[in-house]
Amino acid sequence: MSTVQETTATPVVIDGVRGGPPVRTLRRDRWWVGPVLVVLGLSAFAAFSTWAAFRGNNYYVGPSMGRDYLSPLYSPCIAQICQYKNDAIVGSWWTWSPAILVLVFPLGFRLTCYYYRRAYYRSFWWAPPACAVADARPRYTGESRFPLIIQNVHRYFFYFALIFAGILTWDAIAAFRFPGGIGVALGTLVLVVNAVLIWGYTLGCHSCRHFCGGNLNSFSKAPIRHWLWRRLSILNGRHMFWAWASLIWVALADLYIWLIAIGAFHDPRFI
Amino acid sequence: MPDVTMQVWRGDAGGGALEEYQVHAEEGEVVLDVIHRLQAGQANDLAVRWNCKAGKCGSCSAEINGKPRLMCMTRMNIFEPGEAVTVAPVRTFPIVRDLVTDVSYNFEMAKRVPAFAPKPREPDGTYRMSQEDVERLQEFHKCIECFMCQDVCHVIRDHEDNKANYAGPRMFIRYAELEMHPLDTVDRRPLLRGQAGLSYCNITKCCTEVCPESIHITDNAIIPLKERVVDSYYDPVAWLGRKIRRRGRRKATG
Repeated sequence: MSTVQETTATPVVIDGVRGGPPVRTLRRDRWWVGPVLVVLGLSAFAAFSTWAAFRGNNYYVGPSMGRDYLSPLYSPCIAQICQYKNDAIVGSWWTWSPAILVLVFPLGFRLTCYYYRRAYYRSFWWAPPACAVADARPRYTGESRFPLIIQNVHRYFFYFALIFAGILTWDAIAAFRFPGGIGVALGTLVLVVNAVLIWGYTLGCHSCRHFCGGNLNSFSKAPIRHWLWRRLSILNGRHMFWAWASLIWVALADLYIWLIAIGAFHDPRFI
Repeated sequence: MPDVTMQVWRGDAGGGALEEYQVHAEEGEVVLDVIHRLQAGQANDLAVRWNCKAGKCGSCSAEINGKPRLMCMTRMNIFEPGEAVTVAPVRTFPIVRDLVTDVSYNFEMAKRVPAFAPKPREPDGTYRMSQEDVERLQEFHKCIECFMCQDVCHVIRDHEDNKANYAGPRMFIRYAELEMHPLDTVDRRPLLRGQAGLSYCNITKCCTEVCPESIHITDNAIIPLKERVVDSYYDPVAWLGRKIRRRGRRKATG
């Protein structure tokens, strides 16, 4: 294989006079609705998750209440300060909320995700705010320089996200445990849906799609990876849905567990 | 259908403005039909580039009510009755006159794409590709070179100085098609990371939104290319894997 480092750069016309009215956009539709909704959605989640992460209590509903629910924002709970279990790997010196120890991984995964990048570049950065609407800033270098070149670490966060999806699945399985044996309550369903949405989001990730088969040139030589790539491509096509659904559900799951833990809501048991 | 109000940009490199016309429109017509009627009746010197009138030649790209669209594929009945329809030249390229722009930037960028360089032929003198490998590349072959993806890409639309170092979405489709080709032997990743400016793209997906052929430019070409560049330059695990595989291959061949 030969590698091409650079080619003879043929000149292009720079600073040619452009046509059309010199305005930021000629669009008359409500192009600003999308960016406004994203700003509201992400800001609401940021505010809620900050409160939830620093709360440091009422994130676990344990055997004393006949349940085994751990908030997904606190899972895995690895500090000794945790309200349940004793498999801590961080000693008693950690006195802040245990959520802070683990949230960096899912947060990093979402921050560097190709969908969320699109969402916040448009809505917060205004680069551009919408298609055919001018950028807010005069200079633009994209992801070619520090700090945005760091977006290339996305696949590492993806590796951690796989581990987290496994842990949240385990939490959902644990939610079937009741003092008298196996059962199903509303909280069980909340955590099961959470695990499903997290898997949908994680497996639909562009890095996952690349890793599982997208990096091949000859699908015919790797039929299993080709099969996997085709299935993951379906998930990937709805990545925006999975991104929002999983984000919102994580917050709702934490809220639900908090409400049970403070005694504001009785978790109904079906089976 | 009643007459419609058309606001068409008239001018050249020396300046211009939107001029308003009342033009008759028939049921089922597209914007290009109305522009032709305008040209035939009221503005004989209106410059407009068009060819197939079937959405396949990519000649009649324009900005209709601010959105890049093919004039021949934009039906008049999508506009509200009484709504003025604005038709302006594509914004990113230098103006020639009225609705015609100089799109040679795209052809210069196309020249920079290293050409397909196939492997040696099979012993029976043929090249073989499996259907599943062909299918993936077929999507990229649908491109009609209307250059609306290039037009809407803010990297060059809003930042003229980036033009010298940015290939743009249309060319990234071409790079992807070649990089993913099972018979090709050229590694274009250093070029993509450097001179072609792949990292300037911040994947805001406008190119995909305006593509009249519904090519998933961002998801199927640009992001996979970005991931391939990450394989080569930003992933030590992938680098180690390649080293081990290469060493294993060398040992196996003695």
